[in-house]
Amino acid sequence: MNKKKEEKQMSPEEIVKYFKDEFKTKIKYSEIKKRTTGLKKKEFVNIWMRIDKSIFKQYIKKLCDLTFPHLAVVSGNDLGETIELVYNFSIYYGKHLQEISLNVGVELPKSKPEIETVCDLIPGALITEREKQEMLGIKIKGIPDNRRLFLPDDFPKNVYPWRKDEQTKKEIEKLYKNLHEGANKK
Amino acid sequence: MSNATTKTTYQLPIGPIHPALKEPVMFKFEIDGEKIVDVDVELGHVHRAIEWTGMRRNPIQIIYLAERICGICSFVHPMAFCRAVENACDIEVPERADYLRVVHGELERICSHLLWAGVAAHEIGFDTVLFLTWEMRERALDLTEYLTGNRVTKAILTIGGVRRDIKKEHMPKINESLNYLKNGFEKLRHVFLDDKTVKMRSQNCGILTYDDALKLCAVGPTTRASGVKKDVRADQPYAAYSDLDVDYTTPDKLTGEVNGDVYDRIIVRLLEVKQSIELIEKAIDKMPAGDLVSEPKIPKLLNYIKKTAGEGVGRDEAPRGEVIHYVKFDGENEHPYTWKVRASTYANILPWIPMLKGEQIADIPIVAASTDPCMSCTNRVAVLNNQDNKKYLLNKEHLHQLSIQKTRRLMR
Repeated sequence: MNKKKEEKQMSPEEIVKYFKDEFKTKIKYSEIKKRTTGLKKKEFVNIWMRIDKSIFKQYIKKLCDLTFPHLAVVSGNDLGETIELVYNFSIYYGKHLQEISLNVGVELPKSKPEIETVCDLIPGALITEREKQEMLGIKIKGIPDNRRLFLPDDFPKNVYPWRKDEQTKKEIEKLYKNLHEGANKK
Repeated sequence: MSNATTKTTYQLPIGPIHPALKEPVMFKFEIDGEKIVDVDVELGHVHRAIEWTGMRRNPIQIIYLAERICGICSFVHPMAFCRAVENACDIEVPERADYLRVVHGELERICSHLLWAGVAAHEIGFDTVLFLTWEMRERALDLTEYLTGNRVTKAILTIGGVRRDIKKEHMPKINESLNYLKNGFEKLRHVFLDDKTVKMRSQNCGILTYDDALKLCAVGPTTRASGVKKDVRADQPYAAYSDLDVDYTTPDKLTGEVNGDVYDRIIVRLLEVKQSIELIEKAIDKMPAGDLVSEPKIPKLLNYIKKTAGEGVGRDEAPRGEVIHYVKFDGENEHPYTWKVRASTYANILPWIPMLKGEQIADIPIVAASTDPCMSCTNRVAVLNNQDNKKYLLNKEHLHQLSIQKTRRLMR
C-alpha cells in the first residue's frame, strides 16, 4: 500500500450506486442517513448496507479499490436464526469534514456461521475478528491468528457470551454463579 | 547439534503488571541479546463484561456505566454512547449543548495528555517533570470539578444534551485557569521539546511508518504522529467542532517532517494541549444561548427510545483516538439489543508490534507508553486469567531501572 492516492471523492448516492451496479440484487438494503450539528448545521452522512454473504469478500475488495477504508470495529448481533456482523468503516477521512461512515451488515446462518477473513486486505482487522470468533462463535476462514483474545484459556469451549439463545444464557448463569476462586478448575 | 543449546533467542514475558502504565497487559518478547525480535500481546486481564451488563440496563443507566469504562476518558465514552443513541433514534441536540460538549471534551483531553506527559517523563527517569505536569493537571482537574461537581466521573452528559450549564459567574475562574495552563504550556514545551536527553531517548525510537499506521487502522495521536490525517473532530461534523475549525495535528507542523517515532508522538500530544485550550476559549466565546437538553423528562425519553427500532454508531475523538459505540434497539425493550464499545487502545494494539521490533529491552517502557495505552478500556469484559509465567520474570521496578540507567548513560 503506497501513499494514499488523491482520489476523486464520490457523493453518498454515488457510493451506493457504485456498489449496486456491481452487485445488483446481492445488496439487500441500503439507506443514507444524514444529520446536522452545531450552529452552521454541517451535514454528516451514515450509509447503512446489508449485503449477501456470497459477495462479502468481493465487496470489501471493491471498497478497497475505491479508497482505503478505516475499519473501526466489527459489531455483531445474534438475531435468533442468524448471526449478523456489522462492519463499521469510515472512508474519506483526512479531508476536512468530508468523512462518510459506512456500515455494512452481513448475515450468517447459525448452523454454519462462517465468513472469510479481511486481514489480507486490511491487516488491522485481526483484533476485532479474533474477538468476534470467541464472543459470537463465528468462524473466520483464513484468519492469520486463531487464538482467543480476551477470554482466558480456561473459559469453557462452545460458550459464546454474546449469543442470546437459552443454551448460552444457562451456561453463562452457571459461570457467574460459580465465580469464586478455584471453582472452575479442572 | 541439539536445538536446546544453540537457540540464540529467548523469551521474555513482561506483565501482566505492566511497566508503562499501572494497568495489566501481557507482553511476550522474543529477545536476541538486547534486541527485540518478536512481540506477542496478551489481553483480557481486566475484562469486566461491561457490554454484557449494559445490554441489561436502560440507556440512561448505561450513560453512567459507560463513564466507568475508563478512569480517564469518563467523558468520551458516554459521549460516543449518547451520539449512537441520538443517531439511532433521531434525537436532536440543542446548539448550546453541542458547545458545552466541546468544552468538557477538550478539558478532559488536557487532563489526559498532561497525565500522559508526566508518565512518559517518569518512564525515562525525569521525575521532576512528572511533578511539573501533574501540578498543571491538578489545576485542570480543579476546573473540571468546579464546572461539573466531580474530578473524574463527571456525569455531565445525557441523551439529547448535557446536564449542567456554564454561567457568567463561572467565567472568572475559567479564564484564570486557562491563563495558568497557557503559561504552564510554554514551560512544558521547552522542557520536552528542547531537551537534549529527551531527544536522545525518543528520536528514532519506536517508529511506526505511515503505511503501517494506515494498514493497522491505528487511531489518535499514535496515527497522527505517523502522518496519517485522522481525527474525528476534523473528519466529521459532530458537536460544535464543525463550527470551530479543528485542524489535524501532525508533527510536521513543528519540525517540518514526519518520522513516526516516540518524539513525534510527544510533539503531537503537546500541541494538542494547546489546541484544546484554544478550542475551549473559542467554544465559550461563540456559545449561543438556549436549552441544555431537548427532552428533559427522562421517563418520556425512555418511553420514546423503547418504541423506536433502529441502530446507530457514535464516534468521538478521545484523547487516545477514535472511540466508537454501536447500539441497536429492537423497538420492544428498553435496554439495547446490542451495545458494542470499541475503545481507542483496542485499535492501537497491533501498531505496538512494528514499534517494538528491533528496539532494546530498556526502551520497552517508553515505547509501550508512547501510544498512551488504556487497558481498562480495551478489556471490558472478562474473568480472571491465571497464567503462570515461570520462565524469566523481569519485574516492573527492574525494567524501570533499566530505562533510567539508559537515560543516565546517554546523559554522560
